[in-house]
Amino acid sequence: MVRMDLTRYPWALSILRNRWPQFLLRAVTLAGFIFTILAGLFGSTVGSHNFAIIFVWIAWWTALKLIFIPFGGRSWCSICPIPMPGEWLQNGGILIPRGKGFGLNKRWPKALRGSWLQAGGFLLIGLFGALTLTSASVTAFVLLFIIVLAFVLSLVFERRSFCNYLCPIGGFTGLYAQAGPVEVRVKDAEVCASHAEKTCYNACPWGQYPLALKSSANCGLCMECLRVCPSDNIVVNLRPWGSDLGPKTKHRLDEAFLGLVMLASALVDSAVFLGPWGELKSAAYSIGSTPWFIFAGVFLFAAFVILPGFYVGAVLLSIQLDSTRITLRQSLAKYSQVLVPLGLMAWIAFTISFAFAKFSYVLPVISDPLGWGWNLIGYSNTAWVGQSTSLSLLLQIVILAAGLFWSSRVAFRISETPRVALPMIAFCGIFSYTMLWLLIG
Amino acid sequence: MKKEFLARFLVILFILIAVAIPFAGQWLFSRNKTDIIELHARMPENGGWSIDQIDAEVNEPIHLRMTSDDVVHGIAIGKSDLPGVDIFPGEFVETTFVFDRPGQYTFYCTRWCGPNHWRMRGTIDVSGEGRPLQPEPQPLFVTLDIDIDSPPIAETVPTEQVSAERGANFASLLPTYAIDRTTYLSTSPAVLWMRLRAESALSNLSDQDIWDAVAWIWQGQTTPANLENGQRLYAENCAACHGETGKGDGVMARNNPVWDPGNHNMDKSSDSFTGEGFVRPRDFSDPKNLLGTSSALLEGKIIRGGMGTGMPYWGPIFTSQQIEDLISYLFTFAWDATSEANLD
Repeated sequence: MVRMDLTRYPWALSILRNRWPQFLLRAVTLAGFIFTILAGLFGSTVGSHNFAIIFVWIAWWTALKLIFIPFGGRSWCSICPIPMPGEWLQNGGILIPRGKGFGLNKRWPKALRGSWLQAGGFLLIGLFGALTLTSASVTAFVLLFIIVLAFVLSLVFERRSFCNYLCPIGGFTGLYAQAGPVEVRVKDAEVCASHAEKTCYNACPWGQYPLALKSSANCGLCMECLRVCPSDNIVVNLRPWGSDLGPKTKHRLDEAFLGLVMLASALVDSAVFLGPWGELKSAAYSIGSTPWFIFAGVFLFAAFVILPGFYVGAVLLSIQLDSTRITLRQSLAKYSQVLVPLGLMAWIAFTISFAFAKFSYVLPVISDPLGWGWNLIGYSNTAWVGQSTSLSLLLQIVILAAGLFWSSRVAFRISETPRVALPMIAFCGIFSYTMLWLLIG
Repeated sequence: MKKEFLARFLVILFILIAVAIPFAGQWLFSRNKTDIIELHARMPENGGWSIDQIDAEVNEPIHLRMTSDDVVHGIAIGKSDLPGVDIFPGEFVETTFVFDRPGQYTFYCTRWCGPNHWRMRGTIDVSGEGRPLQPEPQPLFVTLDIDIDSPPIAETVPTEQVSAERGANFASLLPTYAIDRTTYLSTSPAVLWMRLRAESALSNLSDQDIWDAVAWIWQGQTTPANLENGQRLYAENCAACHGETGKGDGVMARNNPVWDPGNHNMDKSSDSFTGEGFVRPRDFSDPKNLLGTSSALLEGKIIRGGMGTGMPYWGPIFTSQQIEDLISYLFTFAWDATSEANLD
């Protein structure tokens, strides 16, 4: 398939190879992260006037789903501030590759590998989402907890164990980065084969070996391999969307679970934040109350039983229709690829609805980040409550339809015959229709 | 190595800037505002007014910079003509109050922010030279020793629609005490009706004629302007519990149990915040309730509030005239259709 190697352009190569551009972005995001925590702790309790709420849950969360992932895969991970303090300590410096630094450097326990914990973390965000998304101080405590956790883990475990196995956003981003248009690969496999040192693997904070990379799910696009390869054998490709999805890539059972958790979360978030059900909103908000436990129960039931039930059912039907011998476990893992475009497009459609309505809060909170009545750039008190326009409704329909088309295409590509793909396509159709109903009503 | 140090320096610099923005900003913005009081409005459940007592001097302006931490609130000064101000969540609004007479003033929330809205009150103690605020005279219910916690039920009520207009025809027949203001203030319509019914001079009149006459007397004690004022005050301050039509079905109280004199117990304190023990207000549109009630009793209830029922006390908020206007308006619920004519 067509690839465009960015490292062929000298200017692009120097931007990617030089540590400074990335470092400066990381330093800014780290300072911004700390400012966000302070704003959440000390700023206005009114969410729409607090930088922490608007920048984390409106600006960043929207940008992640509408820009970073669709146009850059895990590009956010390459400038994410959360692992930085720990990683700098691990490396023993800021501008140097992995080496002799600080920390116990233990391996992450085998039993806890995969994206199970990330999926669990994402569910937790969903269960407490209504409070976290509206309370600046809770947001600040969550951010503080995450950065401290990442720091502590980096002192105990090797590399980016937190990002690889715990970070819920890492799980989300990694899953959908498979559909993203950026990849790091080796230029010439022969060169790597004859190179005994594996400098790239040693330098990789993510523990990846570029020669073996088939999927971009666990590559954080940090460019360390590019910087240390003595043979200039690493390339950064722009590629067609969805390149990791196909019959040749390997997938695991936990990816299916992660994909289903994301689908369930998209449905529940749409129902809670965009649906007309006031009681559902207050149930999701009143954490610890009986209605909240009912909400949590229904949410978990959807994530653990309903969606997996439909999914397993579809996969079982596919196996029935398939002439080749394949176990259920293998099938469940293989078809997880179908969930990637389906979920990505559902999240984009969900995001569009609130981004259109809420983006007007961004300039006012830059003008008055703590909600203390400042007017730094003259935009305070200019927020208007946006409306879901007919344009955004149309866009949502188009995006959900594109998601259904795309996931069906993946289903066809990985199935022996078109007939075998039909149950999965039906699953995608039911999900897309439910999502459409929740978003547009 | 130089680059590494530069990088470390930049990290620390950026973090310091991030930390400095809130603190330096707060210092910069508050530098020239030392005489400004920052007042945060919050629902009572969230803590109420951030400051509930302010000391001031006569004729010295009190500059307030206010914001709401939750929902829309408002601020006004009880018994004062100073204009009220709305306070929106996350936005800042400034206002200045100046008092030319020493005394204790009450500031209060003017927006129905929640079931405990009326608890959002604070005081401003103004000291200095000047004619102090006059203490209110003893309310009539105290002088008359009326038990305002057990309002009587009218024994007799009109069977037909009363008409103050028809009642005007009997004006010349009425004894002097009937049109005396003291009678209006201290007597319920039902009691006055019974007294008039016992008058031999009025024996030719039907029961309904006498009700019409009483309605006419009540109408004569107020003016359309006062009624209009009473209606406005009622809509702003009372309707949330008592309901727009006086039925006691306002949005804040419609789920409370119906008032029952048998259950009323002064010693049993109600839970102010949860509203446990609160009752649904009595139905003003049921003539049995208001026609058995005197103006003095209603005045007492408004000034002091209804112990343990959830009814707030309005003594520090309303002027005597405002209370009088409110009472006139309340009686129109009982006179029903007659009231519509009065208001037109």
